[in-house]
Amino acid sequence: MASLNEEQTMLRDAARGWVADKAPVTALRRLRDTGGWKTGYDPAAWKDMAEMGWTGVIVPEAFGGSEFGYRSLGLVLEETGRTLAASPLHATAAAASALLLGGSQAQKETWLTRIAAGEITAALAVDEGPHHHPASVALKAEQTATGYSLTGTKRFVPDAAGADLIVVAARLSGAPGDTAGIRLFLVEKGAAGLAATPLHAIDNRAHADLAFAATPAELLGETGAGWDVLTATLDRAAALLAAEMLGTAHQAFEIIVDYLKTRTQFGQLIGSFQALQHRAAKLFTELELTRSCVDAALDALDAGSKDAPALVSLAKAKANDTLHLASIEMVQMHGGIGMTDAHDAGLYMKRARVAEALYGSSSYHRDRYAKLGGY
Amino acid sequence: MADFGAELDVFRTETREWLEANCPASMRTPMTAEETPWGGAKFKWANPDSKLWLDRMAEKGWTAPMWPKEYGGGGLSAGEARVLEQEMARIKARPPLFSFGVWMLGPVLLEYANEDQKKTHLPKIVRGEIRWCQGYSEPGAGSDLAGLQTRCEDKGDHFLINGQKVWTSYADQADWIFCLVRTDTTKKHEGISFVLFDMSTPGVEARPIKLISGESPFCETFFTDVKVPKDQLVGKLNGGWDIAKRLLQFERQNISAGGFGGAAGLEIEDVALAHVGSDNGRIADGDLRARIAAHKMDAKAFALTVRRVEAEAKSGKGLGPAASILKYAAATLNQHKHELMLEAMGAEGLGWDGEGFDRSNIRETRAWLRSKGNSIEGGTSEINLNVVAKRVLGLMDHQ
Repeated sequence: MASLNEEQTMLRDAARGWVADKAPVTALRRLRDTGGWKTGYDPAAWKDMAEMGWTGVIVPEAFGGSEFGYRSLGLVLEETGRTLAASPLHATAAAASALLLGGSQAQKETWLTRIAAGEITAALAVDEGPHHHPASVALKAEQTATGYSLTGTKRFVPDAAGADLIVVAARLSGAPGDTAGIRLFLVEKGAAGLAATPLHAIDNRAHADLAFAATPAELLGETGAGWDVLTATLDRAAALLAAEMLGTAHQAFEIIVDYLKTRTQFGQLIGSFQALQHRAAKLFTELELTRSCVDAALDALDAGSKDAPALVSLAKAKANDTLHLASIEMVQMHGGIGMTDAHDAGLYMKRARVAEALYGSSSYHRDRYAKLGGY
Repeated sequence: MADFGAELDVFRTETREWLEANCPASMRTPMTAEETPWGGAKFKWANPDSKLWLDRMAEKGWTAPMWPKEYGGGGLSAGEARVLEQEMARIKARPPLFSFGVWMLGPVLLEYANEDQKKTHLPKIVRGEIRWCQGYSEPGAGSDLAGLQTRCEDKGDHFLINGQKVWTSYADQADWIFCLVRTDTTKKHEGISFVLFDMSTPGVEARPIKLISGESPFCETFFTDVKVPKDQLVGKLNGGWDIAKRLLQFERQNISAGGFGGAAGLEIEDVALAHVGSDNGRIADGDLRARIAAHKMDAKAFALTVRRVEAEAKSGKGLGPAASILKYAAATLNQHKHELMLEAMGAEGLGWDGEGFDRSNIRETRAWLRSKGNSIEGGTSEINLNVVAKRVLGLMDHQ
C-alpha cells in the first residue's frame, strides 16, 4: 500500500485547513436555510476549490490538470466529507472519469481542460429507478441525421441541475439488463428537450431528476465506449464517494468521542461506562478496516490493477456499513440532543443514507464482490 | 545490511538460490497439523525433512531472521527479512519452526535480559532445541492478569516457587517456561517478576486440559516448592509487569499477523457450492451466499489492514492505532469463518469421529470448536476493546 508522498500530504493538509475555515457544517446549514439545495453549492467555495487545483487532480497535465490521481482526490474528498461540505467536486470528477476513460482526443481537450480550470461543472447520469442498477438502463438513444438523440428519464442524479455537461448512459439496442446495448453520451446544458427538476432531498445537496425528449447528444469517443467504460467510471465514482464517506464517518466518530469525554451522568463522564467504551472501540475498529479498503481501492485505480473492481466494491460496501453505524451511534450516544435539529447528528445521518444509496448499496456491492469471486 | 535497490536484488538472488538448493521438496507442500514443527528436546518429528529443514534454516539464523547474529539470529534488515519471506512464499516453503521462543520470549529477552541470559537462551531458541511455554494465566487471574498469586520467595541462594498456572499452552511438551510470579504481596502490578525455569525441575507438574474440541493444547501447571536459581530472573525484581505487557504485545501481534489459521486450503465459497449446490455458478442459497460474501469482504479488509500496519511500522512511524484493533478483529473474523464453514457443510460438518464422516470435515468441525477460544486467549475481546477505548481513544476509567 503506497504511503502518501509530499504532494499528497500537502494537498490533504491544505484541504483540512480550508474545510475547517471555509466549509464548516454551518455552511451546509446556511445552504439549506437559504434554498441552496436547488444549486447545491456556494459559488465562492467552488471558486476556492478550483483555485486550489482540486478540479484538476485527476486530469492529465496535458489538459491542464495536476494528474495526481484518484488517491489524491480521495484525500481531498475525505476532508470535505468531514464537514459535509457541499460541492459538485465529486459529480464533476465522476463525469471527468468517463471522459478520461472513453472520450475522444477532441472531447478531452474541450471538456477536461475546462473541468481542470474549474470553469464548468459536470454530472454523471446512470440510474433510472430507485436502486443503483446500471445494467437496467432503458433511456433510449437513436441515431439521427446529425448525430444522436436521447429520450427517457434519469432519477436522482447528483449535481445535475446546474451541470454544464452531463455524461448520460443510454441504450442503443437491446432490452434493460442487456449490457451490450449501453453507450455513453455527452449532453450539454440547455440542450433541446432536456428538463431538470431539482429535488429537495434529506441531505440538502443538489440532486435532480432529468427528462430527455429527443435531446441532441454526442457519442462519447468514437464508439460510445459502452459497458466496460461505464463500469470503470462507476468504480471511480464509488471509490471517491467511499473516501468522502470515510471522512464523514471519521468526523462523526470524533464528535462522539468528544461527547463521551464531556457529558456527565450519575456523577461520571459517560465515556467511563464500559458499554459505551466498547461501542466506541468497535466503531473505531470499523473505521480502521474501512480506511485500509478505501486506500487500497484508490491505489488500485491509480495503478490500473485488475483487482480494482473487487477492491472498489469492498471499499464502497465497507464505507456504507461503517458510515451507517457511525451515523446511528452519533444520534444514540448523544441521547436527546442528538435528535434535535440544532445538533449536527441529524445532518450526518441524512447525508449518510444518501451516500449509502448512491453508486451501490452494500447488498449491491456484496453481490458484485461474490460474482467477481466466482460464486 | 541491505535495504534498498541493487544490494537487495543481490540478496534476493542469493536467497532464491539457497532456498532452491536447501528446502526439501516435501517442505514445499501444505503442512498437516501433525507436522507442525514445534521442536524442543522431547519433540517427535513426524517427517524427517522437517528436522533437516529446521537445521538448515537455523544454521543461517533464518528461524529468527532479524535477531542479531551474535545470538544466533540472521542479522537481516527489515527489507532483507521481507525478501526472505517473499522468496519462501514463492516456493511455498513451510515455516521451519513454530516457536513461542521466537514469537514471544526472544523479543523481550533482547530488550530486557542481561548478556548471559541472551547468550544462554537465544541461540537455543533459534535452533529449536528448547521449546518454551508461557506461565501467565492462573485460576484466579485471567483477564485481571496482574492479580496473579503464584508465590516466589527469596531463599537466599535460590527462589522458591509455589502456585498454579492454567491455560499453559503445551506445558506438557515444553522444556522451559517463562513465568510471571509474585515477589511482593503488598503491591499488585509492582509485585510481579518475570522468571525462567526448566520444566523438569522437581515440583513442576503439567496436566493437559481436555477442550470442547476434544484436543488438549492447554495444561494446568502446578508448582510445589520449585527451586529456581536466582540468575534466572529477567529484568528487575518486582519489575516483571512491564516485561509481561511487552510480551503480550508480541503475542497479540503474532496472533493478528498470522491469524488463527484454520481449514487449510478450503475456501468457504467452494464448500458452500459443493454442499449447498450451485445456481448458474452462484451458491444456491442466496442468504448464505450474501453472508459468505460479507465475511470474505471482512477478511479482505482485515488482510489489507495488516498490510497497512506493516507498511506503517516499516516507514518508521511505529505501530499506528490500527495495530491495536488487530487481535480483536482477527478473533471475531476467525470465529465467524468457522461458523459459516460449519453451516455450509450441513450434516457433513456435524461429525465427531468414526467412519461416517470425512476426516477433513471432522478436522474442520474440531477447528470450529477450537476457534471459540480465539476471543478468550491472549486477552479476551472485551479486554482488547478496553485497551482500545483507554489507550487509543483516551476514554477514562470508571470511578
